Amino acid sequence: MGMGSDMYRQQILDHYKNPRNKGEMEEPTFSHTGENPSCGDTITMQVRLEDDGETIEFVAFSGDGCAISQASASMLSERLQGTTLSELEEMDTDDVTEMLGVDISPMRIKCAVLARQVAQDGAAIYEGDLDVDETTTEE
Amino acid sequence: MGVQESYPIDVAAIREDFPILDRKVGGDFTVPGEGENDDLPLVYLDNAATSQTPRQVVDAIVDYYYGYNSNVHRGIHHLSQEASVAYENAHDRVAEFVNADGREEIVFTKNTTEAINLVAYAWGLEELGPGDTVVLTEMEHHASLVTWQQIAKKTGASVEYIRVDDEGRLDMEHAKELIDDSVKMVSVVHVSNTLGTINPVAELADMAHEVGAYIFVDGAQSVPTRPVDVKDIDADFFAFSGHKMLGPTGIGVLYGKEEILEDTSPYLYGGEMIRRVTYEESTWEDLPWKFEAGTPVIEQGIALHAAIDYLDDIGMENVQKHEELLAEYAYDRLDEFDDIEIYGPPGDDRGGLVAFNLDGVHAHDLSSILNDHAVAVRAGDHCTQPLHDKLGAAASTRASFYIYNTYEEIDKLVDAVDDARQLFA
Ligand SMILES: Cc1ncc(COP(=O)(O)O)c(C=O)c1O
Repeated sequence: MGMGSDMYRQQILDHYKNPRNKGEMEEPTFSHTGENPSCGDTITMQVRLEDDGETIEFVAFSGDGCAISQASASMLSERLQGTTLSELEEMDTDDVTEMLGVDISPMRIKCAVLARQVAQDGAAIYEGDLDVDETTTEE
Repeated sequence: MGVQESYPIDVAAIREDFPILDRKVGGDFTVPGEGENDDLPLVYLDNAATSQTPRQVVDAIVDYYYGYNSNVHRGIHHLSQEASVAYENAHDRVAEFVNADGREEIVFTKNTTEAINLVAYAWGLEELGPGDTVVLTEMEHHASLVTWQQIAKKTGASVEYIRVDDEGRLDMEHAKELIDDSVKMVSVVHVSNTLGTINPVAELADMAHEVGAYIFVDGAQSVPTRPVDVKDIDADFFAFSGHKMLGPTGIGVLYGKEEILEDTSPYLYGGEMIRRVTYEESTWEDLPWKFEAGTPVIEQGIALHAAIDYLDDIGMENVQKHEELLAEYAYDRLDEFDDIEIYGPPGDDRGGLVAFNLDGVHAHDLSSILNDHAVAVRAGDHCTQPLHDKLGAAASTRASFYIYNTYEEIDKLVDAVDDARQLFA
């Protein structure tokens, strides 16, 4: 039998089995949780900003779900460190698939972008641009 | 181990009637010996979601559009007469198939979901109120669960759920407790699309009738897979979908006892369902047309007729037997592994589907890997979210079988599951 598909290339499996920055952070600047009810994927992203209120110092995540959603959160936590809130806000779906380095089938794209969406929603709530009740981490 | 008893039907000949089964899919990874990016023969194990369509059914659709496409009932020209007769005959054929008394008891809808909504709106909104109870089961499909839940909210009625026990069967003692004088409707799934449980619907019908309640049976998974006799069950309402029984999408069937349908007001208003209209008043057409407002599902009705002919040629007892053989084989093969949890009753007492989880691998990951092996299954909550909550699983992977499936295809499923196991180890 085959060695498994493109979608599960070593990188994703590696991040899934050995997640980076997984756990609870002390004193995050903001923290947000979202889920994909149809898959049962849940992700909490915690972000600590530097004193300039813009540069991302550290990111941690926790959650449950499929390999794509969890690996995506793990990779994102690494990727965001040292970047800025505006860079986070500008991340789109293509950036996420590029980060994952694999083609994600249309049915699975929701899993792939969950962590990014949660982080973006968390940032928007922190900046007062979004009401918690309006977060659409499903989409 | 899995025993391969000989098939009760000629699977090879049946497969010839389904061109889609010759398709190859996947091919985004390398299978040793097959060259890079070779596509693999489709293994279609998602029949509980929708079945494939044989030539005979497609031919009926083509014959209709090329031969006598026309609106029904309104025209007296030749084509309209042919279409009307074919469309009406389709109702008779469906009635015969489930042993209803006649076309008066057979309403064509869009699908099972719409059939349940029809009764919930037309009967439920009128008849339910505070103090009344609707009894469902914990294994209900969202099609009935959400519908009755929402109608109950609108009317002030309450909803109770018959418990599912550890083996995935209904707790009939609990059913007895719940079905009391306050109950006006018992709505139950015949064969569970997640657990594969075959529910004792005739017994539940007796319990419902004893307290003067109606019973609605969701037959979306039973009519395609076994002989069903609505009179034996003594169902007041019964629903199923054409697309799960070799027919096209866009058609469902609502069976209702004639005297109950007579007493029920229409659900949709408009053309085709009226007898006499003035600016002030309207009167209704006879059954079943009273419930089929507007231009109906003509093509789909005619195609459903062809699908039923096809199934009857095979014989529903044989279809059931084939389903049972494959379900038991799949259950036994998957049950060999300690890291696989299967939901629902044992392999020798279930409908033709097996929902399971592989330890440490999310159902969506598993089904993605199965897809790479060209094995088509369903992953998710199968429209039974509350049941999955109860099972403690966010999702599961479901393989479901039909007349064209084989033991070899189940072996491919098990091999593909093993590949996922290795990948995630
Ligand atoms: C048990 C059961 N009830 C209802 C439905 C709904 O059928 P449909 O989507 O055709 O309305 C399904 C299938 O999805 C089912 O399996």
